[in-house]
Amino acid sequence: MTNKISFRNVSRRFAHHGASFLALDRLSVEVAEGEFVTMVGPSGCGKSTALAIAAGLLEPTEGEMIVDGRLVHGPGPERGVIFQQYALFPWLTVRQNVEFGLRIAGKRAAERRAIAQHFIDLVGLADFADSLPKVLSGGMKQRCAIARAYAVDPTILLMDEPFGALDALTRVQMQDQLLDAWSRELRTVMFVTHDVNEAVYLANRVIVMAARPGRLYEIIPVDLPYPRTEAIRLSQEFAEIRNRVWRAVYHQPTTAPDSAAQENFGEVK
Amino acid sequence: MRRVNNLGGPARYGVTGHGAEIASLPRRLCDGWKSAAGRDAERRGDVSTANAIRNGAAIVLVAGRGDDTSSPPGRGGVVSKSAEAPAAPESSRQRPGRRQLMLNAAAVCGGIVLWGAAVSFARVGLPSPGQVLARAIELVRSGQLLADLVASLSRVLAGFALGVALAIPVGFLMGWYSTARGLIEPFVQFFRMIPPLAVIPLAIVTMGIGETPKVFVIFLAVFLSSVIATFQGVVSVDKTLINAARVLGAKDGTIFRRVIVPASTPFILVGMRIGLGSAWATVVAAELIAAQSGLGFRMQQAELYYDLATIFVSLITIGILGLAMDRLLLALEMRLTQWQERM
Repeated sequence: MTNKISFRNVSRRFAHHGASFLALDRLSVEVAEGEFVTMVGPSGCGKSTALAIAAGLLEPTEGEMIVDGRLVHGPGPERGVIFQQYALFPWLTVRQNVEFGLRIAGKRAAERRAIAQHFIDLVGLADFADSLPKVLSGGMKQRCAIARAYAVDPTILLMDEPFGALDALTRVQMQDQLLDAWSRELRTVMFVTHDVNEAVYLANRVIVMAARPGRLYEIIPVDLPYPRTEAIRLSQEFAEIRNRVWRAVYHQPTTAPDSAAQENFGEVK
Repeated sequence: MRRVNNLGGPARYGVTGHGAEIASLPRRLCDGWKSAAGRDAERRGDVSTANAIRNGAAIVLVAGRGDDTSSPPGRGGVVSKSAEAPAAPESSRQRPGRRQLMLNAAAVCGGIVLWGAAVSFARVGLPSPGQVLARAIELVRSGQLLADLVASLSRVLAGFALGVALAIPVGFLMGWYSTARGLIEPFVQFFRMIPPLAVIPLAIVTMGIGETPKVFVIFLAVFLSSVIATFQGVVSVDKTLINAARVLGAKDGTIFRRVIVPASTPFILVGMRIGLGSAWATVVAAELIAAQSGLGFRMQQAELYYDLATIFVSLITIGILGLAMDRLLLALEMRLTQWQERM
């Protein structure tokens, strides 16, 4: 398999009140085409920074960010991004939101409408196609954001804690729907989360990060078959992998002791 | 299911049956989400509710006010629990309701009666409502009121249009380019501290006593209040929305047109309303100082002849016109920003 996303010694430094701090320290990760990787770690481990760099929303201070064999300069339509805060345009209806990227790509009205309708149906929002985002619930908003990202036909999906603001029940439904869509249309997915269960349930591989400075800690393969089902979620094998990831996240020897506690409260942007 | 409606009163819940009772609830709301609502109910162990939902009924939250059940999704009727249910924002702000209007009308009538009583019993030396009405009819018949009104209104509209026309681009410039902001902001902040009326003497000396100084002063008042609002609007656009547009392939021009402009519209409209208020305040004052026409001028003339009825007619006209214009802008604001989530 070819490498779709490559972080090569990627570092990112932020200036903050005159002082600079290292958010990401020489991250090197390869993601293969069609792979589903999740990235998990304590607050301040640079996982969102890494995703933003892959998206082209941030430039690395050092190192090379390579997607499809080319250096990344700015965002591109081949990389769809889904944000935790949904980031729907509140003045546009669901349909207009989904058509936004198609309009920029210069698609004709009829084609736009057909594509948008397809993805609105796919995420189950057909009844709300002409509603404004304000009448949608959190889960519906995120489904709309997913439809909007899918519509421009990206080969890569970069998801930054997309289900972080949803309640536990909705979250499970959204995970299953995401895996379903992923298995039907082959895309490479990089998914940032702070939920260990979610990270293991979705991924081929879990990338565990360490904090201060944010860096790679361990990559844990998830040798569980797809489709992932409730049986898998409740299986002994799943529990073993989850426990391993959990220990990697919460019992990192070099991490300051307060970071595990912060995990529950941090990451609220 | 523990949701209190936004009108403050406790909500009544009930499970409505099949058919006719849910006809008033938007059909798609029930159909699309009955399965999700059913699952949610089931998880909570509420089996009877889950079954009812699966059979085509819906849990309806009946808001405290009777007219709300027929409103569109998201306004009044709410199905199921918080996370998967459409949020239920405003309803009271947009429709004042008949009761409220009746109260308003009663208060106005009561005020006029009180005014009449005060004049006839207390000898306060003011004209009675009847006298003011008679003078108003006189002034309307002679065409003078209309002429004054047109004179004042055209000054306000000219100054308002010029002020807004300049404030919006300048506000965008300040919000979008930090260089422009650095250059323009000191002037805006400085002149904002000077009441526009204080500029009148200078304007008269340098621009004569024609229409120019009055329109200029109004323009200044409108510009200064609108430019800050527009600038604030641009600055406070959610960065995530800009990023969302960028990752969908938008370049700067598109981001400006399709994200910055719509996102800052609510701020601009608020600025326009504030601007209109100060325009109206400024025109009357400017006319009091130097003018040959307009409502302010008429009051100044009436003052010389101790003609209190004419002053009253002018004051009431100013009030009514200002209120009407403000309501017009408010309606425009509601229309253009109905996408906003109002708390």
